[in-house]
Amino acid sequence: MNFLDHMPIWPILIPMIGGLLMLLPPFAGIERYQSRRYFAAILVVLQLVCGMFLLNSVISSENLLYAVGNWQPPFGIILYVDPLAALLVCLTSFLGIGVVLYSFSGEDRAGRYYHPLIQFQILGINGAFLTNDLFNLFVFFEVLLIASYSLLIHAGAKQKTEAAVHYVILNLIGSSIFLFALGTMYGAVGSLNIADIAMKLPSLSDSDTLLANIAGALLLVVFGLKSAMLPLHFWLPKTYSAASAPIAALFAIMTKVGIYCIFRVYTIIYGEFAGSLSDFVIPIIWPLALASIVAGTVGVIVSPTLRGMTGNLVVVSVGTLLLGFALRTPEASGAAFYYLIHSTLASAALFLLAEMIGQQRGKALDRFVISRKLKNQTFLGFCFFVAAMMAAGLPPFSGFLGKLVILQSAVTTQEKIWVYSALLISSLVTIIAFSRAGTTLFWRHAGNKDVSDSPDLTSWQKVGVLILLAAGPLLALGGEHMLALTGVAANELHNVNALIELMGLRGEQ
Amino acid sequence: MSLFLIVALLLIGVLVPIYTERFGRKINTFATMLAPGIAFAYIISLIDNIFAGEHIIEYLQWIPSVGLTLSLHLDGLALMFALLILGIGLLVIFYANYYLSDKEDAGRFYAYLILFMTAMLSIVLSNNVLQMWMAWEVTSISSFLLISFWGHKSESRKGARMALTVTGAGGLALLAGLLLIGDIVGSYELSVILGSGETIINHALYPVVLTLVLLGAFTKSAQFPFHFWLPHAMAAPTPVSAYLHSATMVKAGIFLMARFYPVLAGTEMWFLIVTTAGLMTLLLGAYVALFKHDLKGLLAYSTISHLGLITLLLGLDTRLAAVAALFHIMNHAVFKASLFMAAGIIDHESGSRDMRKLNGLWQFMPYTATLAMVAAASMAGVPLFNGFLSKEMFLAETLHQHAFGFLSWMIPVLATLAGVFSVAYSLRFIHDVFFNGEPVDLPKTPHEPPRFMKLPIEVLVVICILVGLFPVMMIGDFLAVASKAVLRTTDLPYYSLSIWHGFNLPLMMSGIAILGGIIVYAYRSKLYRFQSQFMQTDAKLIFEGVVQTVISRLSQAHERFDTGSLQRYVAAMLVFTIALIGLPLFEFDVGFEPVNMQDVSGIEISLGVIMCLSAIATMIFHRQRLVALIAISVVGLVLSIAFARFSAPDLALTQLAVEVATVILLMLALFFLPKKTASESAPSRVVRDLGIAAAFGGLVATINYIFITQPLASISEFYLANSKTGGGGTNAVNVILVDFRGLDTLGEILVLGIAALGIFKMLARIRLAMPSSDEKGRPWSTDRYPPIVSMVSQALLPLALLVSFYIFLRGHNMPGGGFIAGLITAVAMIQQYIAHGVEWIKPRVKVDYQNLIGLGVLIAAFTGVASWGFGYPFMTTWFDYFDIPFIGEIELASALVFDLGVYLTVVGATLMILAHLGKLSTPERPKVEA
Repeated sequence: MNFLDHMPIWPILIPMIGGLLMLLPPFAGIERYQSRRYFAAILVVLQLVCGMFLLNSVISSENLLYAVGNWQPPFGIILYVDPLAALLVCLTSFLGIGVVLYSFSGEDRAGRYYHPLIQFQILGINGAFLTNDLFNLFVFFEVLLIASYSLLIHAGAKQKTEAAVHYVILNLIGSSIFLFALGTMYGAVGSLNIADIAMKLPSLSDSDTLLANIAGALLLVVFGLKSAMLPLHFWLPKTYSAASAPIAALFAIMTKVGIYCIFRVYTIIYGEFAGSLSDFVIPIIWPLALASIVAGTVGVIVSPTLRGMTGNLVVVSVGTLLLGFALRTPEASGAAFYYLIHSTLASAALFLLAEMIGQQRGKALDRFVISRKLKNQTFLGFCFFVAAMMAAGLPPFSGFLGKLVILQSAVTTQEKIWVYSALLISSLVTIIAFSRAGTTLFWRHAGNKDVSDSPDLTSWQKVGVLILLAAGPLLALGGEHMLALTGVAANELHNVNALIELMGLRGEQ
Repeated sequence: MSLFLIVALLLIGVLVPIYTERFGRKINTFATMLAPGIAFAYIISLIDNIFAGEHIIEYLQWIPSVGLTLSLHLDGLALMFALLILGIGLLVIFYANYYLSDKEDAGRFYAYLILFMTAMLSIVLSNNVLQMWMAWEVTSISSFLLISFWGHKSESRKGARMALTVTGAGGLALLAGLLLIGDIVGSYELSVILGSGETIINHALYPVVLTLVLLGAFTKSAQFPFHFWLPHAMAAPTPVSAYLHSATMVKAGIFLMARFYPVLAGTEMWFLIVTTAGLMTLLLGAYVALFKHDLKGLLAYSTISHLGLITLLLGLDTRLAAVAALFHIMNHAVFKASLFMAAGIIDHESGSRDMRKLNGLWQFMPYTATLAMVAAASMAGVPLFNGFLSKEMFLAETLHQHAFGFLSWMIPVLATLAGVFSVAYSLRFIHDVFFNGEPVDLPKTPHEPPRFMKLPIEVLVVICILVGLFPVMMIGDFLAVASKAVLRTTDLPYYSLSIWHGFNLPLMMSGIAILGGIIVYAYRSKLYRFQSQFMQTDAKLIFEGVVQTVISRLSQAHERFDTGSLQRYVAAMLVFTIALIGLPLFEFDVGFEPVNMQDVSGIEISLGVIMCLSAIATMIFHRQRLVALIAISVVGLVLSIAFARFSAPDLALTQLAVEVATVILLMLALFFLPKKTASESAPSRVVRDLGIAAAFGGLVATINYIFITQPLASISEFYLANSKTGGGGTNAVNVILVDFRGLDTLGEILVLGIAALGIFKMLARIRLAMPSSDEKGRPWSTDRYPPIVSMVSQALLPLALLVSFYIFLRGHNMPGGGFIAGLITAVAMIQQYIAHGVEWIKPRVKVDYQNLIGLGVLIAAFTGVASWGFGYPFMTTWFDYFDIPFIGEIELASALVFDLGVYLTVVGATLMILAHLGKLSTPERPKVEA
């Protein structure tokens, strides 16, 4: 194997080795923060390059397998790169660039191990996207969770600790349930390789089918908790609004890990070839997706802060993605992936903006109350406006296109009345909420107070937020290419047989 | 040049005012007018082509896969609207130059205005309905920015939000409607859709489509019952009102109805909905306008009324009515824009818009007054002005209606009634303001405005008169091509644009309207008195109130739903899990054959009982934390015995070591926590939680039972068979850990390392109160480090290290390995901390645990990378056997290096956690970084 053949594992190794090196001399130490910054920036850019390489490679030829330890499927851990995984690795790295650059404004010095932890967080996320092994997925979940626990309390305060306690305890229960699920799955199918399970599932005995059903149900709890699906969403708005802005922005991709796993597991294992278990989660997901949209939308309109509002927008986007999943066509999946990319970047940008706005409003922070005038009114106003248009799904930015393709993919279905009502009404409420938020944040001033003592925005903050916001117009302008890409990703995902063939598992039977 | 360049030019034009603002107001204004000016000229140059029956269509691909092409076209209807939008737009910009005060941010204002103009123009030029919808939404957003231009005023913000909410809601309904149309027709191209009228009307979803599209149109055009936002949009600067409420924003809804007239109109449903809404709006607007004391308020309701008139015409069941509608669109745009501008001048030069104060302005501004009078006469439908012509056509059309059955006579009667009020409020606008006594308490002495501020009004008024006098020459062709586009025909029904049609019914109705209007105005004070008995309502306050109420209700509901209680979150999660796994179990009714069970010995039973009892004891004593900790440690110990009993020595060893480390860790943490906690759970909660716990435990036990009693076919056999030959070790557990699933182990030691970092990060932030006594008030002993313990521990250390070394080495073939060895070393070191204290250890053990962690995981990772050098994937292991003199055959394996990494990480992480927790009570406590 030559150098480039190892590419599938690079998105895992780069942040791992990079993060570890930052714990050691010459990068370790309080005074060495500058060198850590350079290094962290290089790392995220390298990851993006890697991701692009993988994406290009799987688009132009076939999907990649990487047998860790040279143990072939179904025995070893297999990394599997398809367009979906590669696309999401790219998304994570892109988000990482924005987050890392933003935090150079000083956030990275407000507590220890900031940059290594960010790298470990990315490592866990990338690993979860790339692995084709359920237990390995558990391990990467643990990595991303433990890193997120530590990042959540970064630059700690009372409210962070409270949110962290909720988050940690719920996720510990989630991890236990994950283990139950894995044990049950292994007990039923005797394998952990996703493709292998998918292949063996239809021919299981009755009792093993029952176990596989239970395992699938338990996994739904795990992934649902990760993705903040109702009724497992309670932790999200609190956690995300407690975290420091760049960390909340990075967390924006974490719910998408849950969504990704739902797409992966319930398309490949419990998809159309799963015999009696085929699509058994769909009747469960439908009402929960709608309920997530409703709960998130209510949360959006009642939130007293911009961060809380953004957190609830994440819940709405989760519901929207679940609708895209529940439609169960490659078209709908492709639409959902486009929306996933868009909503991740839009909510990340909003988290960053909330902090930037809050910094200039004294004690009012990002609460929707009358306060002083913003020092960088024009810049922040412009950014907020673009971000709000993206998040509310208004043209001409990516949010509109994302919503449009999901609506289009639903137009021929029986359930369209639900999809349409949910998405359009939540859009309207979001517009109302943003118009209230924006007019209050930017126009309701208490007198003409002197704002010269408000802190200035740093250029790193501006760079970070602009990188993420650029996605709005760019994803719309290059909509055709992006949709083609997500379309390919969806088709590859739904092509379960090709995966089993690629793994070389068919001959075993 | 092409239509695309026009739109692109205007988009660039959005930036022009922002960058030319620094050169002063005049240059700023003229630079801003450049782009729309060129666009206007270009459209004019195309007039002949359109008159010749040409239909210009241009395409650009954008996102063809979703049907979103950029596709522009210019037909008669688009031409008419484009000229109105650009022409009046130019006049408005010119006017705003004088209207805005020097302090105001004209650059931003112009930028919003041009953005709005671009969007509006894109609506009328769009040949793709999705693209049209995008432009539609952009008009909503940019009008929000324009209305809230004076954002520091509460009424501006509220008015803007209201407009955005109502038009935004309509916009979303429209989107749904357009998507359905696209699905029915199979294309989003307007040219295709307009040819598919039959398909749409006969489709089962036609009522839904029509409702959704009309929702879009009615909200935008302020039709009853969505009219309430329009008067509050008057909080905008007057040039904005002049633009939005004459030629653009509100006309977008009308345009939509006209555009879709060929495919949606002509059914009973269309007729009923559109006519009724139009009629209601017409009457309501005309009536309310009379009672508005605010100049702009009067004009706002008059706008609503005229929009109703046009809607009514579009709803009427004759083709001529559509022609009349188009005619009135033009006329209304012209006279209403000039009236708003006149109102702006009056406001600007007198400081008030209140008609109770504004009286007798004729003596101060006769010239403006004359202009306003002409425009108002046109609005009232006085002969010789343009408004008269279209109103005549309107009245004539109302006479030919049959669709209300025997009640069809109501349409002309109500139309005449509306005409009466229309004349009355026009009279009021003129008479109250310019005559009717002397001004009352005006903030300024009124005077004529700057010379050129009147220019736009003059232009418009001249058009009013010219069209009124020479209709055919002025607009005959425009009307003809627009009508052809709307009716989709080349041969139009006969209509006459002449001023004089002889003495006929419509003329009489006009006469009645004028006379009636004069009478109503003469007796207006009686009407005001009558009207004053009604409660004054402000739609803005009502709307805001409703929104507030809804939000606070939702807030309450949301608080009940999400109480912020972790216990509830956990309960929700568990109940959800129970439901999900309970359902398949409940439904499973296939015969079930358990495999044969092993015999159970007495020891196993008693251990099981002990385990259960300790678990229960943990629950019972969980408020006395130390007792609970002891109880739960028993569970862990029994578990390790169980592992040993059932042939899992590695797990037993690991469990044992982990158990020791965890208990010490928890004891350290307990020192800082209250020793007891108060009982807080209500009895009902206890019952609920017990229920959930029992159900969950029961289900998990059932699942366990199922899979331990079922034969298992798995890939495990492969690992047993290959562990020696493929992994070079006879201990399959260890080979799985370091080889088969080495990546998992790498991940898990990283988790351990991160956990240590995270705990350190957290501890560095925490300022804990140091308890000096236990819960009964007994002070903690100050005796430190009993000598016997110190000496024994010191003596034990080398022994413990030796054991861990041995365990480490033999791991690959016998129970043991890096993980267990690491834990043993860590426990031995902790023993030293306990026996000697942090201060004693610090100078003696100079290992930086952070380095240890970093190094450990790196070693493990690089062991994996090393296999690249041999052309194998990450973590491919290598082993071989060597014969060494005196020692004998030994095995060297890359897995050993990996295991060393594991060992170092485990030692580093465990000690980092424990040592730092221990240090919290000493001066060596961790410090925050920055």
